[in-house]
Amino acid sequence: MSIASHRLFSRNDLIGFAVLAAIIFIVLPLALDTFRLNLFGKYLTYAFVALGLVLCWGAGGILSLGQGVFFGLGGYCMAMFLKLEASSPENTAIQSTPGIPDFMDWNQLSALPWWWEPFHSLTFSIVAVVVVPVFFAFIIGVAMFRRRVGGVYFAIITQAIAAIMTILIIGQQGYTGGVNGITDLRTLKGWDIRTDSAKEILYFVNGILLFACLLAAQYIRKSKLGRILIAMRDQEDRVRFSGYDVADFKIFVFCVGAAFAAIGGAMFTLQVGFMSPSFVGIVPSIEMVIYCAVGGRLSILGAVYGALLVNWAKTTFSESFPELWLFGLGALFIAVVMAFPNGLAGVYAEHVAPRIARLLRRGGVDLPATPDKTPAE
Amino acid sequence: MFSDYSMSELGAIFAMQGFAGLILFSVFVLMALGLAIIFGQMGVINMAHGEFMILGAYVTYITSNVFSDYLPALFSIYFFVAMVLAFIASGLLGMAVEWAMIRHLYKRPLDTLLATWGLSLILQQVYRSVFGAREVGVTIPDWIMGSLPVTDMIEVPINGIFVMVLAVGISAAIYILMYRSSWGKQVRAINQNRVMAGAVGINTEWTDRLTFGIGCGVAGVAGSAFTMIGSTGPTAGQLYIVDTFLVVVFGGAGSLLGTIASAFSISQAQSIMEFFLSGSMAKVLTLLTVVGILMLRPQGLFALKLRK
Amino acid sequence: MSEPKFPKTLAGPSRRAVLAGGAALTASLFAPKHLRAADYPTAEVNTTGLAVTDDTVTIGILHSITGTMAISETGSVQAEKLAIAQINEMGGILGRKIEFIQEDGASDWPTFAEKAKKLLVSDKVASVMGCWTSASRKAVLPVFEQYNGMLYYPTFYEGLEQSPNVIYTGQEATQQIIAGIDWVAETKGAKSFYLLGSDYIWPRTSNKIARKHIEKLGLKVVGEDYYPLGHTQFNSVINKIRLKKPDVIYAIIVGGSNVAFYKQLKAAGIDMTKEKPLLLTISVTEDEIRGIGGENIEGAYACMKYFQSLTNENNMEFVKAFKEMWGEDMVIGDVTQAAYLGPWLWKAAVEAAGSFDVDKVREASPGIELTTAPEGYVKVHENHHLWSKTRVGHAKVDGQYEVVYETADLVEPDPFPEGYQ
Repeated sequence: MSIASHRLFSRNDLIGFAVLAAIIFIVLPLALDTFRLNLFGKYLTYAFVALGLVLCWGAGGILSLGQGVFFGLGGYCMAMFLKLEASSPENTAIQSTPGIPDFMDWNQLSALPWWWEPFHSLTFSIVAVVVVPVFFAFIIGVAMFRRRVGGVYFAIITQAIAAIMTILIIGQQGYTGGVNGITDLRTLKGWDIRTDSAKEILYFVNGILLFACLLAAQYIRKSKLGRILIAMRDQEDRVRFSGYDVADFKIFVFCVGAAFAAIGGAMFTLQVGFMSPSFVGIVPSIEMVIYCAVGGRLSILGAVYGALLVNWAKTTFSESFPELWLFGLGALFIAVVMAFPNGLAGVYAEHVAPRIARLLRRGGVDLPATPDKTPAE
Repeated sequence: MFSDYSMSELGAIFAMQGFAGLILFSVFVLMALGLAIIFGQMGVINMAHGEFMILGAYVTYITSNVFSDYLPALFSIYFFVAMVLAFIASGLLGMAVEWAMIRHLYKRPLDTLLATWGLSLILQQVYRSVFGAREVGVTIPDWIMGSLPVTDMIEVPINGIFVMVLAVGISAAIYILMYRSSWGKQVRAINQNRVMAGAVGINTEWTDRLTFGIGCGVAGVAGSAFTMIGSTGPTAGQLYIVDTFLVVVFGGAGSLLGTIASAFSISQAQSIMEFFLSGSMAKVLTLLTVVGILMLRPQGLFALKLRK
Repeated sequence: MSEPKFPKTLAGPSRRAVLAGGAALTASLFAPKHLRAADYPTAEVNTTGLAVTDDTVTIGILHSITGTMAISETGSVQAEKLAIAQINEMGGILGRKIEFIQEDGASDWPTFAEKAKKLLVSDKVASVMGCWTSASRKAVLPVFEQYNGMLYYPTFYEGLEQSPNVIYTGQEATQQIIAGIDWVAETKGAKSFYLLGSDYIWPRTSNKIARKHIEKLGLKVVGEDYYPLGHTQFNSVINKIRLKKPDVIYAIIVGGSNVAFYKQLKAAGIDMTKEKPLLLTISVTEDEIRGIGGENIEGAYACMKYFQSLTNENNMEFVKAFKEMWGEDMVIGDVTQAAYLGPWLWKAAVEAAGSFDVDKVREASPGIELTTAPEGYVKVHENHHLWSKTRVGHAKVDGQYEVVYETADLVEPDPFPEGYQ
């Protein structure tokens, strides 16, 4: 990794990206029916969050236990647009005020709140998906990092913010849909997002966006900024004494993490068809950290494998042994921390990669065919 | 909102409300003390704190069943036995956890967070498998559930007094332990400089284990006491975790006095706001205020040093 | 409205024998002649590719086994399994045994949607018994509508919904609330109310209906408060209640908060047996009392459609069978009973339709009656909710309710009540 660090991609990076692209765009769509593919699409939305955490936590040393807030904000911005489209006056004719979302009608709102109005526009909504969470992250970041709050304290405060957000969303149900969330989303500009073909298209859109984010993350990691971040994580004071404004870098990377999470949230809404406060709170936020930890907190690609693997295991285990699942998840947390602090990526780098290298050397092959499924093992 | 009431009524209500605030304060102190030791002195983020509390609650549940089956005559005092047992059970579990997990992670505080979160999931599932998914009803002796009528309007709940006395008692005990015993000196020495403490002959390993055990034991006692006012179920522990951490962080980690002061201010703020606002909004405002103040004053109320 | 094919074996001594565990009697003895599978060729009763074979039919059970809602949903799962076992013992449906696939919603709404989709798309189940919270129902609803499934939803809930793909076997809000408030106003002479709830849609909507009705009666609401789910400190609101001195505390608190609320109410010296103020709840069933402790809620009133202590014959048999299957120490709450109705209502509808096809079952559903329901006679309304009686129970120290009032007639379900929105 240290060699060729001035280039965007080393040869290994390139292979890694290619393998992942093959898995996401070729293997999974061919191997799975639409239902399962949609599930994997949902898992991949968590990969956005995990990717953000790799930058914040792995590279920057900032552990946020409130990524669910950004995921939720992005998801809600998307859901608001879709809900408005689904609440056309014709669809909601039985309400006492047709044309507003059903949950507002139930809560005696007789007009759309002003801050919902702009969400009639798709462009505005898409901008808001990214801008709102980033703005929020910026405020938190400025307040905290300028005062040099870090580490544990940052984690606990972000956790409290996640708690506040959940209570607020649930409490203001006339404006937010409350604990049920914003449900029954149907169409995007007239395009029915519930059909099988729509789900497949959304899966690919999701995959492409994920790759865009992966590239952005790779760029950040390989740029000077990325190296400063790592230096900061290891020796913050030295970086500060070298004349860098540590806070600015932290704020930036935290905002990037928030933006990734928000995009994931928006894609989640589109693919699952609703958004609810249960993705905003403390528990989902901590689970998102584990995706990142399982994949390897230092590895950009690991984040994707981590999110896929944990969620896939969750679905599989909870289908067959619901009781065992919590034991399994708990043990996973502990094992990752105690035995594999660098997650799958670490296991791969330590055990799998050397072996492949040895094999290659012996065979005298120049390029490997495919290091099959590598980090996911 | 007060115009319809006479002065005496208002006086009574304010007295009662003040008392409600004090009860909440005691609850916060009990929740936070164990964590203040573990987090404040050892730097370990124990996300399973709530589950250690619930262990104490389940121990109380078992004790109450044993007493009502075998020692019905002594049922009215079983609660004291239960609290001692809760301390021992949670403390022992804590020491076991320290030995198996935490001691490998002292240099990685954020990782203790993840590992103990994993532990909390496992404990929850253990409780669920053993005691069932439903909440269990802990029968509390009648004398604790009564109230003392002071005037016509003012009635003081006995369980509230009980919690308060317990909070004061445990705070005093911990204060003495931390600042007047050799163990306390060792703990503080390790907190300041682990390597040097070891070099001057302090058995750091054993002190760590004992500290963690005592912190968890206190959590167990708190859980035992909370059976009087709250629910006992596999996931009940999670309800406490945010409040508990905020109290400790707001007080300034490492300062026992800070924890108590922060418990006092948060509880009073919440209790007063709850009286004037709806419960949800009161909670949001309290948390927001705390987070806001923490952003302005990250070191908490009574801080040693924690800016990096 | 009862269909000619309505199985008479449901009622009478034969059912009692089954419930008592009359294992010697084979199932085929019970099936009336016209209900043998051979008379209903699979190709005819299943034209939409559901999981129906010549001798089995598969349905889904979708509740939370893990997570915070597992506490509440366990009873529903048990009731549904009991009903299925009993139906199978009687020969099944159209001569086919019911098999079930159970999925765990894990207290997580997307998981509910995901599993609902799996049940409908991969497993092709003929119907689903499931969901508990409104949030989970809202999450699965689009799935059921898109893939045309049939859901039997057991919980009392806020109303404001009427899906062609759901049969609501619990009460909607007006059924549960209005009769109770009328009762407390008439018999107890209540004039003022303090409304209290956990902060989410069901308590808020219910309190809204309650408030409208209270004001319609010319009575007064003196306070209204909501607390976050899982809140455990109620001393402040208890003080507010003291200050306002309402005649009735109308409490819709759920989950762990319940335990804290009633314990603190008692400790604060508000003795509910004195009925000053009187406490009326619509959220505490016998199930919840187990966690709260009977001694802490003694004297409170609850308004719902079913109590375990009902003394009609159907219920005595149901309680006995339930305890036989799941253990002597089981208690049965309102929702558990409503969940028990699900498979029976579906059976009746399938037999009325003579087909498992969802569209035909839906068509046959309105008007389906059940004379053997533990709560007494119920009937499916055009709007897919149940006509049922509303009852008021008085909590006793042993954790059971004593029924002190029941409406003379069945109360009509009205999920979109005029004048209450």
